[in-house]
Amino acid sequence: MNLYDLTIEDAHQQLIRGEVSAVALTRAVLARIEAVEPRIQAYLTLDPEGALEQAAAADRRLAAGEATPLTGIPLGIKDVICTRDMRTTCGSRLLENFVPPYEAAVMERLKAAGAVILGKLNMDEFAMGSSTENSAYQITRNPWHLDHIPGGSSGGSAAAVAAGMCLGALGSDTGGSIRQPASHCGVVGLKPTYGRVSRYGLVAFASSLDQIGPMAKSVRDCALLLNTISGHDERDSTSVPQPVPDYATLAGNGFQGLRVGLPREYHQAEGLDPDVRQAMAAAIDTVRNLGAETVEVSLPHTAYAVAAYYIIAPCEASSNLARYDGVRFGVRSQDHADMPDMFRRTRTRGFGAEVQRRIILGTYALSAGYYDAYYGKASQVRSLIVDDFRRAFETCDVLLSPVAPTPAFKIGEKTDDPLTMYMSDVFTLSANLAGIPGISVPCGLSSGGLPIGLQIMGPHFSEDRLLAAAFHFEQQTDFHRQKPEL
Amino acid sequence: MSITREEVRHVAGLARLDLPDDVLDTMAQQLDGILNYMETLNRVDTEGIAPTAHAVSLTTPLRQDERRPHLDREAALANAPERDEETFLVPRVIG
Repeated sequence: MNLYDLTIEDAHQQLIRGEVSAVALTRAVLARIEAVEPRIQAYLTLDPEGALEQAAAADRRLAAGEATPLTGIPLGIKDVICTRDMRTTCGSRLLENFVPPYEAAVMERLKAAGAVILGKLNMDEFAMGSSTENSAYQITRNPWHLDHIPGGSSGGSAAAVAAGMCLGALGSDTGGSIRQPASHCGVVGLKPTYGRVSRYGLVAFASSLDQIGPMAKSVRDCALLLNTISGHDERDSTSVPQPVPDYATLAGNGFQGLRVGLPREYHQAEGLDPDVRQAMAAAIDTVRNLGAETVEVSLPHTAYAVAAYYIIAPCEASSNLARYDGVRFGVRSQDHADMPDMFRRTRTRGFGAEVQRRIILGTYALSAGYYDAYYGKASQVRSLIVDDFRRAFETCDVLLSPVAPTPAFKIGEKTDDPLTMYMSDVFTLSANLAGIPGISVPCGLSSGGLPIGLQIMGPHFSEDRLLAAAFHFEQQTDFHRQKPEL
Repeated sequence: MSITREEVRHVAGLARLDLPDDVLDTMAQQLDGILNYMETLNRVDTEGIAPTAHAVSLTTPLRQDERRPHLDREAALANAPERDEETFLVPRVIG
């Protein structure tokens, strides 16, 4: 087996047994990047020298017997997470030259654990998009089929993991941006409960919805990453002071005896691709064979989730993105007449079309005379969606559904039609509105050879339950072992 | 409700965006489609429903009012498009 194909778990075993060094592992992943990156285009910034220095430090730590499960493990980071002294663009021209003066909380934790940071991964600009096509820099391709999108907005992270260009990655999820690309690229991705992982140093898109989470080749690898990045941080006022269990034990019986809710509105949705439908039927059989009891449940306000989300998220974004004025950081437009003109030129040139569209949509929905009709109404509907989940979890332990209605679509297929693009988030964004965790685990391949993901959602802080269930599902199937040919 | 090109121009101005006419046309058309879709929310009876701003309820955390280390000035200024030794520089605001 190639070193770059190792899981984090297996690489750790080889590292602590001295069968491979962190430097050799990092070199192998860098060589893999050199070989396939020209076709995939997942990285926006690559730091081979820094990575090898970190790997050398990891080897010293391994030799001293002070290794953590992430010591010497080469990782990629979505370019929306601030990395001190390493450029952080958010996929935007406006931040082309931005080098954060501080480290995000998750980066402090990864570095303290001895992880090797390879570089920064492509994304839709400011995490707004479902295909990574909104990056100002490059189109990232799906490693399974280069004409297809990798999903988004954490498309670079998913593609890099699937292509062996890192052993694991961090993404961020505001409406499905970890789970949907994980599903499209055949990797595992977890959106934690809102407040589980500190958002300190995560560039804000929609603050009440954003959450950082792990993406990796296996469920256990995701658990190892979650162990390291979770926990209370007083610098994020929404960080929840709740103890972090050891997720990587994957304790419990998985699906055995679990009551699994099948939301009618998801499984009977119009526009559900036949291959996805078939993969879901097979997945339901698998969890029943694993000892789960399945029950049909209803999330009656699902039909309104896309509309509510695409009001709330742009409203929050229009406020968050007001900070990009060309004063303290970013690319300032030079040929301006006065300060308001400087703001306008900086923002008009710096932001791409989708970001501008959402800023205008959010500004409109918050403006005098429209606030109640849009933001107020959407926030009330959000309460009903929260209540839908609360009721569902009275009769079941977890919810099982597709991650996305279709496998990865073709590059360019939806770029002219923002509303159709928004609809592709229909199964994922409710979890963000309700703040609950969700995991995507590979559950099949389409007839066209593209991965399909299974979503498991649970109540707040049920990550241990989701991971154990996903782990048992993974062990029962071999989809996570399949790799794209590159 | 439908949004006109002039409304889009006005709202873009509020957000400090200055869109050329052809972009305004496309944007107005797309936003109109999106806002029409948002009308589906009006089918939901939300009479008496309290709005949700955050899904995980938290109280505002407080800490002791004491001095703590903060980003030093040079680090804070390092990304400035224009600066002097101690502050950010912007175009003259008052004549």
